[in-house]
Amino acid sequence: MIKQLWFYIRRPVDPWLLLFTCLIFALSAVVLHSASNQDADKVLNKIVFMGIAIFGMWVIANISQATLMRIALPGYVAGVIMLILVELVGKTVNGSQRWLNIGITHIQPSELMRIAVPMTLAWFFHHFESTLNWKHFVGAAVLLGIPAVLILKQPDLGTALMISASGFYVLYFAGLSWKLIGLMSAAGGSLVYVVLHWNWCINILHEYQCRRIATMLDPMADPLGAGYHIIQGTIAIGSGGITGKGWLNGTQTHLDFIPERTTDFIFAVYGEEFGLLGNLLLLALYLLVIVRGLMIANSASTLFGRLLAGAIAMTFFTYAFVNMGMVSGILPVVGVPLPLVSYGGTSMVSILAGFGLLMSIQQDRTLIKR
Amino acid sequence: MKPSRRSLFRTRRGSSARRASGSGSLRNELHDRSNFQLRLIVALLLVVALFCTLFARFFWLQVLQHDRYMTLAEQNRISLVPVSPPRGLIRDRNGVVLAHNYSAYTLEITPSKTADGLDATIERLNQLIEITPKDRRRFKKLMEETKDFESLPIKFRLSDEEVARFAANSYQFPGVEVKARLFRQYPQGELGSHLVGYIGRINDRDVETLKDNGNFANYRGTDHIGKLGVEQSYEAQLHGSTGFERVEVDSGGRAIRTLSRTPPQPGRDLELSVDIKLQEIVEKLFDKRRGALVAIDPNTGGVLAFVSKPGFDPNLFVDGIDPVSWKELNESIDRPLLNRALGGEYPPGSTFKPFMAAAALQGDFPLVHQTIADPGYFMFGNNKFRDSKPGGYGSMNFDRSIALSSDTYFYQLAVQMGIDNIAKYLGEFDFGRQTGIDLPGERSGVLPSPEWKKKRFKKPEHQKWYAGETVSIGIGQGYNSYTPLQLAHATAIIAARGTVYKPHVVNRIIDPVSGKATAVEPQPQRRIDWKPEHFERVIKGMQGVNQYGTGAKVFAGAQYTSAGKTGTAQVFSLKGAKYNASSIGERLRDHSWYIVFAPVENPKIALAVIVENGGFGAQAAAPIARATLDYYLTGKLPAAPGEKASGAAAASAPVSEPAPEEPTGD
Repeated sequence: MIKQLWFYIRRPVDPWLLLFTCLIFALSAVVLHSASNQDADKVLNKIVFMGIAIFGMWVIANISQATLMRIALPGYVAGVIMLILVELVGKTVNGSQRWLNIGITHIQPSELMRIAVPMTLAWFFHHFESTLNWKHFVGAAVLLGIPAVLILKQPDLGTALMISASGFYVLYFAGLSWKLIGLMSAAGGSLVYVVLHWNWCINILHEYQCRRIATMLDPMADPLGAGYHIIQGTIAIGSGGITGKGWLNGTQTHLDFIPERTTDFIFAVYGEEFGLLGNLLLLALYLLVIVRGLMIANSASTLFGRLLAGAIAMTFFTYAFVNMGMVSGILPVVGVPLPLVSYGGTSMVSILAGFGLLMSIQQDRTLIKR
Repeated sequence: MKPSRRSLFRTRRGSSARRASGSGSLRNELHDRSNFQLRLIVALLLVVALFCTLFARFFWLQVLQHDRYMTLAEQNRISLVPVSPPRGLIRDRNGVVLAHNYSAYTLEITPSKTADGLDATIERLNQLIEITPKDRRRFKKLMEETKDFESLPIKFRLSDEEVARFAANSYQFPGVEVKARLFRQYPQGELGSHLVGYIGRINDRDVETLKDNGNFANYRGTDHIGKLGVEQSYEAQLHGSTGFERVEVDSGGRAIRTLSRTPPQPGRDLELSVDIKLQEIVEKLFDKRRGALVAIDPNTGGVLAFVSKPGFDPNLFVDGIDPVSWKELNESIDRPLLNRALGGEYPPGSTFKPFMAAAALQGDFPLVHQTIADPGYFMFGNNKFRDSKPGGYGSMNFDRSIALSSDTYFYQLAVQMGIDNIAKYLGEFDFGRQTGIDLPGERSGVLPSPEWKKKRFKKPEHQKWYAGETVSIGIGQGYNSYTPLQLAHATAIIAARGTVYKPHVVNRIIDPVSGKATAVEPQPQRRIDWKPEHFERVIKGMQGVNQYGTGAKVFAGAQYTSAGKTGTAQVFSLKGAKYNASSIGERLRDHSWYIVFAPVENPKIALAVIVENGGFGAQAAAPIARATLDYYLTGKLPAAPGEKASGAAAASAPVSEPAPEEPTGD
């Protein structure tokens, strides 16, 4: 009886992915304890959210691919409607309209789109698999563009970029022309160049976003304003050295020099206290998660599974890269949390939902093989 | 479906377009699988490449640049908090305290941090602790003088009860705090104010000066700096060196804990050469009169009394003087802020004669060996220079000329010596240049000479020296003008028979921690290498002044020998000063001078005293000199005012005999 129950519980779970996730969670709890100045409530809160997220992952892992494909488009449509509602009647927090009041609580529709966009695009390509041509790529780009633009207008550059990235990965795995990719990279590169060097920035992006980019290029230009985050982040990491200052011993952390040190800048805390070796460990764990995700994509039985798994793995990578890159000062500051480590339930739940999708895809493969 | 058209894209669009032609054949399926795997591998390579970039970045920050970032983190973490040293004390030669520090509570306001505006805050404070209109005016003035958003004191010396009352209500007053601070106090008040000076809050100009001298770092945490007197000239010794605490701070600058402490080195204490009791006696003798007295120990150059009257209360200046008091002091016709002793330039009158006489002896001018006819005037060309003694003495020689203050004799002597010789010989006594006393603001006076006149005037017709101008130089009039300090210094040189000491007011500099004292050594600067008998002869003449000459009556009955000289300076030379119509009569009277040293054989004190508008030298100045010497040499206190009649010295009785001087320079 118990054996049977255990079988049902563990059946959808991919043990490797769960193992890596739990290892990162363990690290996360340790860092958060320090970053929050040993605030037990915060750590407990985080652990509770870990449990909720793992449960959510398990639930999603139990959903079959067929069901996933069925709910993809409706989810997407609902999300877009909510985004439009946000635009019309949304609640403004910190100058951004991101929240929608649904009576009981406020929700952030853009979080839903993190999952809905890659799912819908994967479904879209799967649906037209047999007749796939360039028009479908254009259609997919439109599907991706609508929520991206809506979210960018909130404004929430970080989420818009992440959702665009996840959509792009689907297109990439679906076979987007290499030439086009090359062309897009070239165009994107020159656009960045033009924006940075011609001060056209203000016209295209919000002012604070421009400032962040300018700040990334020369943090010392505004050391107490926008550059403060980057400077203090790099000082924290750099002063950590090879072995770090030791757990709970980071001066940058405990004397309050690192802004947002439990959320977006938690990596600065980690880098200060655990040093280069700690960073290497975290990079390795992230790499293992990504490789596992790509392996699942490789062995998926359907195009939907392949595209979705690949996109989820690569999106996860993008989160990790962008966050660590921004904290260590090689990328502009965009509001992207360090996946699984930053304090904040929503991002954790949506990432583990992605892992649930991966497990679901992995499981379908097993069933088919049997 | 139009395959022909699609085929156009097949080549262009690559694999994705290609798939459109087939419909799920196994070959295509396999092709797609391998194509997908290729993309997975490319993606993985991208992941690895970018992670390597991150790792390279970490390696750069944490290994190659580690030292730099470690330093930056330490700089973030550690703040140096200055600990200001206690200022050195100032005592007189007998240990009487002239300037000290006391600890007290002040109420301070940081104007930028007040919740409901400065005025409203002060109004509310007033209900708790009385804040007088004077406090408010002073505070406003302080605010105008400081640029920085620092906390400024509004009320000093809070009582314990006031501190407790504020502490209980402090939450209502953001930006207001009670601070325990060290205060400077001058317990003697007005007494010796021009000597001791005062400290005041550091202003923008002081900051500039400190930066120029490279001392600014040492003044971090210090609010005050010496502004006048000894407080200014010995600033470097009195201030001490600032200590530092290394404090761990958070990003808001709040101190978390002290890591280490470098204690401040307290400022050095000063022991003055001045005897404050003597100073007090002199100041009382001046009473309400204006003037100055400088007394010097001729054996060391140490200043024994340094009086400039009227004075002021230096305590007013320490934390910013309120505008009303300032106006009162600054605009007073008596000019209490002028340090007359070293900043007031007066014609020396007849006190110049002994120095002229010494110069004439050294230059061996014929007149010193002759007896001249003294009709009571001297004719130079067609100009008649009158003697102050109407009718003259009939005949006059060198020795009597000093004692009787013969103008006729010195008119002739000046003409015989010529202006160049006068300037040359008299310059030896530091006339016309600063004595180099260790006090700020010294003026150099004017020792006239053709060169000086050329420099002083711009128009060619004014630059020429006229022979007639030499005549009145001989009796200390004309362009002659010196500070009381210069005359005291010159008198001390005569007393020391030509040895020149630099006058100084500080005797010893004492380290309060080790107790080690550094003496300001009395080093003879130089000697006036004139024949000793020349000095003795002049001294004999000056002795005659107090024995049978112009000072005889005042110095009658003195228990010591003394050598002096009266002087009367015409006020016209002060015509630049503002005169109040109602007091014009009094203020046009002559200045009364007296120079003296005693005892003659073994001089212990030499002094010069001037009483502005005091009349003849023997009238106002000589009694002060006599009382000063009496106290210093015999310990005898002067008769209290009101008991004038009793004194053997007739200290303040007006003197009309024997020879009232009336120099008539032009």
